[in-house]
Amino acid sequence: MISDTAFWALTVALGIGTFLIRFSFLGLLGRKTLPDWALLHLKYVGVAVFPALITPLAVWPAATGGTIDPLRIVAALVALAAGLRFGVIWAIIAGMGSLYLLQFLNHQI
Amino acid sequence: MGGVSRATQGRPDITQWQAFWRGYLDAAPFILIIIPYSMLFGVVARDAGLDILQTISMTVIVIAGASQFTALALLQDNAPVLIALLVSLAVNLRMALYSAALVPYLGHARLGVRVLMAYLMVDQAFAVAVRTYEDNPEMSKSARVAYYFGCMMLVCPLWYASTIAGAVLGKAVPASWSFDFAVPVAFIAMLAPLLRSGPHIAAAFVSAVASLAFAWVPWSLGLIIAAICGILAGAQAELYLRRRAERGLA
Repeated sequence: MISDTAFWALTVALGIGTFLIRFSFLGLLGRKTLPDWALLHLKYVGVAVFPALITPLAVWPAATGGTIDPLRIVAALVALAAGLRFGVIWAIIAGMGSLYLLQFLNHQI
Repeated sequence: MGGVSRATQGRPDITQWQAFWRGYLDAAPFILIIIPYSMLFGVVARDAGLDILQTISMTVIVIAGASQFTALALLQDNAPVLIALLVSLAVNLRMALYSAALVPYLGHARLGVRVLMAYLMVDQAFAVAVRTYEDNPEMSKSARVAYYFGCMMLVCPLWYASTIAGAVLGKAVPASWSFDFAVPVAFIAMLAPLLRSGPHIAAAFVSAVASLAFAWVPWSLGLIIAAICGILAGAQAELYLRRRAERGLA
């Protein structure tokens, strides 16, 4: 259960912070550019944050009480393959679809 | 989109309304991504225990899907608010680069207009707008501003509306649908298009391994450690490739 205080504190702070990031150069800094080392590392922020979020969720899902569920790991890999090959929406369709299919087959056996 | 942009080429006299509608149409293909993606956020948020007002408030206040999913996942995991905030903001740091990229084209606008532009700055519409500005250097300043709002004016109302639709429908989704899995799947969908080069793949791989290795660290700090490991790995891999390329030339 998510507490109301935590939710509103996070939402308001995230809203303000995100706005300031968007406003930064366009609003305040103008043509000033970031140093090379900052640009170099900024490029990899997104690609490094997502796997750190995904991997524990896929390997130790809360829905199974944190025990490894091979079906979810396979479905996650299918989603990744579909995302690499076909794009965003296909990753979601393939990920959820393959989990349902695997769960269905698992019940049949 | 290239075809549509070309239609404006050599016509610096394009009116603001024409530019607005051109932007609106150029951003239209993204409807196919925006609707299911924001509906998914609505469903997942209700599934996590948020009420409809909270779900909609988050979408309107933050208006950045990836960080909304991130914040939600970490709140559900009982991570401290400060950690959840840092990680969610890290997801949005890419927008500082968008902001910088728009300065040469839109930096002339009044402060109030720039505030509104900053609020509406979303990935897909940004990508369309910058490509059009690059392809059409003769576009007037006012046409560029109108075009920008045209792009955003399609994406943003849809983003709100589909979140509401998802939030209303979300209550009807039973636990047997394993909708908890939609969260990692949504992140995977966001990650895949970022894996463009060797260094990007290295960053992702190192971060994934480190997130498991540091999962024991309290207050969800393992997540931050893993992300930093990934960022350093990506940057070092790029530097290594650059050095190797230079040696190859020498």
